[in-house]
Amino acid sequence: MSVITRNGSTGALTDDALPRKKTALDAVLNFIRRQPLGTAGLVIMIVMFLTAAFANVLAPFDPEENDFQAMMEAPSWTHLLGTDQMGRDIFSRLVYGARTALLVGFSAAFAGGLIGLVLGVASAYFGGWFDLVFQRILDVLMAFPLIILALAVVSVFGTGVFNVILAITIPLIPRCGRVVRASALAVREVPYVDAARALGFGHTRIVLRHMVPNVVGPFLILLSAFVGQAILAEASLSYLGLGGQEPVPAWGLMLQGGAEEYATTAPWIAIFPGLAIVMAVLGISLFGDALRDAIDPKLRDR
Amino acid sequence: MVVRKGLWVAGLGLAAVIAAGPGNAQTPKKGGTLTFMIPADSPPSFDGHRETTFATVHATAPFYSVLIRVPPDNPASTTEFVCDLCTEMPKPTDDGKTYTFKIRQDVKWHDGSKLTAKDVAASWNRIVFPPQGVTSARVTYYAMVDKIEAPDDSTVVFKLKRPTTAFLPALADPFTYIYKKEILDKDQKWYEKNIMGSGPFKFASYEIGQSIKGVRNPDYYHKGQPYLDAIEGIFADKQSVRVEAIRGDRAAMEFRGMPPSARDQLVKEAGKDVVVQDSDWNCGNIVSYNHKKKPFDDVRVRRALSLAVDHWGGAPALSKIAIVRTPGGIVFPGSPLAANKEELQQIAGFWPDIEKSRAEARRLLKEAGQENLKFELTNRNVDQPYKFVGTWLIGEWKKIGVTVEQKVVPTGPWFAAMRGGTFDVVVDANCQSVVNPVLDTAKYLPKKVYPESYGDYDDPKSIELYNAMTQETDPAKQRVAMRAYEKHTLDTEAHSIVTPYWYRILVIRSYVKGWKISPSHYLNQDLANVWLDR
Repeated sequence: MSVITRNGSTGALTDDALPRKKTALDAVLNFIRRQPLGTAGLVIMIVMFLTAAFANVLAPFDPEENDFQAMMEAPSWTHLLGTDQMGRDIFSRLVYGARTALLVGFSAAFAGGLIGLVLGVASAYFGGWFDLVFQRILDVLMAFPLIILALAVVSVFGTGVFNVILAITIPLIPRCGRVVRASALAVREVPYVDAARALGFGHTRIVLRHMVPNVVGPFLILLSAFVGQAILAEASLSYLGLGGQEPVPAWGLMLQGGAEEYATTAPWIAIFPGLAIVMAVLGISLFGDALRDAIDPKLRDR
Repeated sequence: MVVRKGLWVAGLGLAAVIAAGPGNAQTPKKGGTLTFMIPADSPPSFDGHRETTFATVHATAPFYSVLIRVPPDNPASTTEFVCDLCTEMPKPTDDGKTYTFKIRQDVKWHDGSKLTAKDVAASWNRIVFPPQGVTSARVTYYAMVDKIEAPDDSTVVFKLKRPTTAFLPALADPFTYIYKKEILDKDQKWYEKNIMGSGPFKFASYEIGQSIKGVRNPDYYHKGQPYLDAIEGIFADKQSVRVEAIRGDRAAMEFRGMPPSARDQLVKEAGKDVVVQDSDWNCGNIVSYNHKKKPFDDVRVRRALSLAVDHWGGAPALSKIAIVRTPGGIVFPGSPLAANKEELQQIAGFWPDIEKSRAEARRLLKEAGQENLKFELTNRNVDQPYKFVGTWLIGEWKKIGVTVEQKVVPTGPWFAAMRGGTFDVVVDANCQSVVNPVLDTAKYLPKKVYPESYGDYDDPKSIELYNAMTQETDPAKQRVAMRAYEKHTLDTEAHSIVTPYWYRILVIRSYVKGWKISPSHYLNQDLANVWLDR
């Protein structure tokens, strides 16, 4: 067997002549080259993860320990980002606060996303009255802005980290369900779903094994957006006094605790937690956008 | 001698000028609306007899009359009381056991009907002898009262079981609103959700969590008052919101108190447009343990938690950021009955050597098998000073290995948790109005004799010590008896922790005239003598 090479000569088919198979490293390098902003976002996320994972190593002080000898100290070599009104080291609180942000952000995003995914696909699959009723429920839930619905949930269930996760999860479910349903409607019409039905598979198997995997692309993009939204919602709830409570290190709570009161006399109390929230949400958003561009075939080669 | 006499006269003249003051020299102007901030999300109810919070009294006192009160022009006085609904302060008869009040005949309810002594007696009977199902927060204040009667429409007679100097100060309590008997006869709980009084302002509107409004009562019996056309109280539990409101002149003042940082900020930015009034404060936070929940039924655990707290180190630091200042026991510091520093240092939590104190705390926890104690601290969603105090305490307890999660809830659920006993440990407040230590310390009695004591413990010894103290008439002996009651409460049984007493700082728009600060944020809240100079 012979093949015609690019220069028109013929020869044996060898490995050298075949296009080189792309490795994971190639994919990563390609992503970095094509998505510099997304890469920056990824770096921020990785730093955030590492910070959260190694908080006990990175933090020079106990984030919850009051030190009345060091109240509202400006940034220095001892306290890199200064101290707050209770004398607590702001850097240490930010480092531990990353744990709270990631815990709430990822838990709420995954829980809300997965429930929304299953319900959205099921809604598309079953159609009829189930789809009609389910979509109207989603309409009602989506009529409320995320933070308003989260506030309502917290006011019912109370404050605390777990309740905040629950409060953010509930508003995310319809947002995911609606988008996933749109993708799943197209998947429902493809022959392999009919084939699965003809083979007598149950609804659960068809939905979970044949439809859900085929809407994972848009779902992953949504998920990345949800993480950012959840972190922002957690910070907002904490800022309003409805999230985690003192002395838990949480970025929104750090803004709420004394930042307003000392904004002019000790601005570092407000600036650094605010920056942490901005960087985290920005990083996740940039990465999410880049991921969408990378996955979407229509945008991939632009 | 002539020179000395001349100086004396000059001094008197100067004193008279100072006493008159620039505010008093001015003639009050009529009109305008006083907008003030109320540092709470909302009152748990409008019923002053039931409630103990400023959120209720700041929102509703302008709508009601009381029998007697502290002088509105000298509310800092702890010994002087004047009539509101009565015509003159009575002299006790029957060896000090009977007080007969003559009631004004020119008082109208806001619905136009006439207020009589029957209304006054019905209200006071509800306060002192609450009917089944009605909560009266101050029953123990009036344990000396035997009977309240209205023999005719203009006379109310209080008969006491024993003579006591604590009676008149107790009668001047600002929560003792006079309600209409006809309404009470139909529904004892009507006043929890509705307002209808005879005070200087008529209720106009209430939006939950937003504001409460009143308009001038043209039929008010103190002639010429009120000076204002209207009042509006805006609810805002966040301090920054209140400071911004005063800074931007969206509100003229708040009546509770601000931390030093807010005072400094407002004075720096508003300059002469604001004035500052400050005072010691008959108010403090106390930590109550739920004795019905383990391990808080164990005195070793309670004592350990008391011993962990460094009052002497914490109070000066907290005073820079919060409205607290003075370490104290169960009696308002500065009162002749209060413990001095040496006496306090004998009590758990006030030991001079904090490390020794914490070592003892750890020993007690180990002995009780609670070395890894974890619990939930219920706190009120009010920044100053509740959350600061709560966060401070959690830090102190952590130093003996105790892990505490703070649960912050709005005012209503906070009261509900305390009243329902659904808490582990709670940051409660003991805020009294008229400085009256003999009665103020009733807060530390068991719940069965003092309903607003939330520890839910039974302690006959505590009652015995309290009664011995209240019945003692010799000041020196009464002081000794108070120490015994205090030691039992805070040390031997460690029923509570008294955190540093509050310090009241108010920043007021300078056009607000006529209102004066007192050691209590409950007093002088009917606003009848307030006027605006602009």
